[in-house]
Amino acid sequence: MGPGLVGFMALYQTRLGARSYRFADLKAVLACASPRRSGDELAGLAAQSDEQRVAAKRVLAELPLKSFLEDLVVPYEDDEVTRLIIDSHDAQAFAPVSAMSVGQFRDYLLSYAADSDTLARLAPGLTPEMVAAVSKLMRNQDLIAVAAKCRVVTKFRNTLGLAGRLGSRLQPNHPTDDPMGIAAATLDGLLYGIGDAVIGINPATDSVPDTIRLLQMLDELRQRFEIPTQSCVLAHITTSLRAIERGAPLDLVFQSIAGSEAANRGFGIDLKLLREGLDAARALQRGSVGEDVMYFETGQGSALSANAHHGVDQQTMEVRAYAVARPFSPLLVNTVVGFIGPEYLFDAKQIIRAGLEDHCCGKLLGLPMGVDVCYTNHAEADQDDMDTLMTLLATAGVNFMIAVPGADDVMLSYQSLAYHDILGLRHLLNLQPAPEFAAWLQRMGLCDEHGRLPPPEANSKALRQLFAAAP
Amino acid sequence: MSGITHDPFARFRGLTRARIGIGRAGDAQPTNALLDFQAAHSRARDAVHGAVDFHALAAQLAHPSVPVRSRAPDRQTYLRRPDLGRRLHEEDVSRLQALAGDFDLAIVVADGLSAAAVSAQVPGLLAALLPRLDGMRLAPIALAAQGRVALGDEIAELLGARMVAVLIGERPGLSVADSLGIYLTWQPRLGRVDAERNCISNVHGDGLSHAQAAETLLWLMNEARERQLTGVDLKLETPTVSLPSAPQALT
Repeated sequence: MGPGLVGFMALYQTRLGARSYRFADLKAVLACASPRRSGDELAGLAAQSDEQRVAAKRVLAELPLKSFLEDLVVPYEDDEVTRLIIDSHDAQAFAPVSAMSVGQFRDYLLSYAADSDTLARLAPGLTPEMVAAVSKLMRNQDLIAVAAKCRVVTKFRNTLGLAGRLGSRLQPNHPTDDPMGIAAATLDGLLYGIGDAVIGINPATDSVPDTIRLLQMLDELRQRFEIPTQSCVLAHITTSLRAIERGAPLDLVFQSIAGSEAANRGFGIDLKLLREGLDAARALQRGSVGEDVMYFETGQGSALSANAHHGVDQQTMEVRAYAVARPFSPLLVNTVVGFIGPEYLFDAKQIIRAGLEDHCCGKLLGLPMGVDVCYTNHAEADQDDMDTLMTLLATAGVNFMIAVPGADDVMLSYQSLAYHDILGLRHLLNLQPAPEFAAWLQRMGLCDEHGRLPPPEANSKALRQLFAAAP
Repeated sequence: MSGITHDPFARFRGLTRARIGIGRAGDAQPTNALLDFQAAHSRARDAVHGAVDFHALAAQLAHPSVPVRSRAPDRQTYLRRPDLGRRLHEEDVSRLQALAGDFDLAIVVADGLSAAAVSAQVPGLLAALLPRLDGMRLAPIALAAQGRVALGDEIAELLGARMVAVLIGERPGLSVADSLGIYLTWQPRLGRVDAERNCISNVHGDGLSHAQAAETLLWLMNEARERQLTGVDLKLETPTVSLPSAPQALT
């Protein structure tokens, strides 16, 4: 129990109309202040009424930001993620906002004073709990406006996250990792200008030889067309480490991460193992314009699903996962927002809200956020809802989004965005792929002088080249 | 005149069930592709809400079986409350205790998120697997309604089995609504985490065949018995196997 706890407990109450509301601790305030979602209800943490939810927001708005440095939602001694958050906190960067309450912090983030450079300098001074807290006071509109001011640029073989750009991961998954099927889906995606963030396969099989085989295939394809992008097989980090030992052409080390030590143990990882992955991939020196070599995926509900949430609401736990990512200078952080299912995010309203929260909170912490705009077949959502979320995220300046052929992932059995969707967004909102990748598209004759990708001519040079590589 | 652009990649559609080469109407998908997608989505949603005929399944099996339930009383509860799907119904505990013995393996068949997967894959898979268990002592096969992967831990623990293979309907996709997943756990007991399991996913007509899946599971079971573990520490050197992974919503 932190020394300040008794003092803060007195603050966790408010009056709203005729009723007074009292909350047991900071965790209860954060959970009750969260917009309604099924995961918090499953965990028994959600507000019991709409008015109680607003009361929690009132309490939260009055809390000093600096109280989050003392009143820890997951105990320091029990959890290496909390120790990472506290031990790496940059007090100097925090100084400009250290006297603010959470409510004042929201006003500040929305103010003209908080521009891109200011927010970038502030990031190391923010903890995930501060960021989660302020996001709970924001409307969707605020989450978009604040995120749009944050600029997080990362580099490996190209430059991601620049203003006016929209990156995309080409996800050519196949149910049996068939190389022909994967190659066909990859070439199809390149035709739409997809793949600047990464060409990344979720393997159906997580064996070392299969991972090496897929890495070799992607690397040969990349080199053949001299594509300025990176490839990844999204195997467990221990598989990637073995593949590196055996000389595989590995660009990025992938790993799913979560917001507590216990949840990460459920994924078979800890911070030390992530460090090993970073060091091993950096040592290969495969990047050409930068050495950001980590690719992390997250998603609200993962800590609860591992029963490792410490009684903390799922959105706060998700932002703590970004704190796990932060010291490893990732090239890509992707929240797979609708993948986990209706027990955590019940319907499209909850998925859309969570996608905007994750993107904004990750960006405030200085992470290169992308979003897998997606849903499963047991959730109450469809492609119309994905249209809404992708358009909101593109206006919010998301670094990248996931795209699969026809929005249908035939390996993971869920729906994401289609190649078409990224193309349509880029044209609609005048956004370009990463500059190195855009230049390659022009060299290939796939995009015109305005950076637009019209349907290819039947006998174009680009098509002839791509066909030559087709299986 | 049609606004659809002919897609040169259409000729490669035979290589994958992925929706490649579907053409463009401007930047969007052509009408036929759009409606195909919506038809597939509707089928997948119907598969989620279907029910397995466990009675008929039991009659097809060449081994004794026992029906059990999780604590989720119906589909709606099952979808919102995975915790209930992971625990055995209180009334079924004593039934399993009465069947307890000294078993090398328990097999649990659970509906998961696709009733269609259980009906389509389980009889064939077990027909390929059971004759090859080579003297392994197999507990009565548990047929679990409204079950998730971790339910197998409690069932196998009650039966006294050293290892459990859970055969469970995977979340339906648009291309495949009847895909089965297999989760193997060494020394199953309440509280096992996902990293302690190995997973073979995508058992269906266009994925792993029943013979391939049985072969892989036999290989995994032998490794697990030899090394006394499953999970991320059992790193696989054979193709066509996957580690704790994909259908997180099932676990």
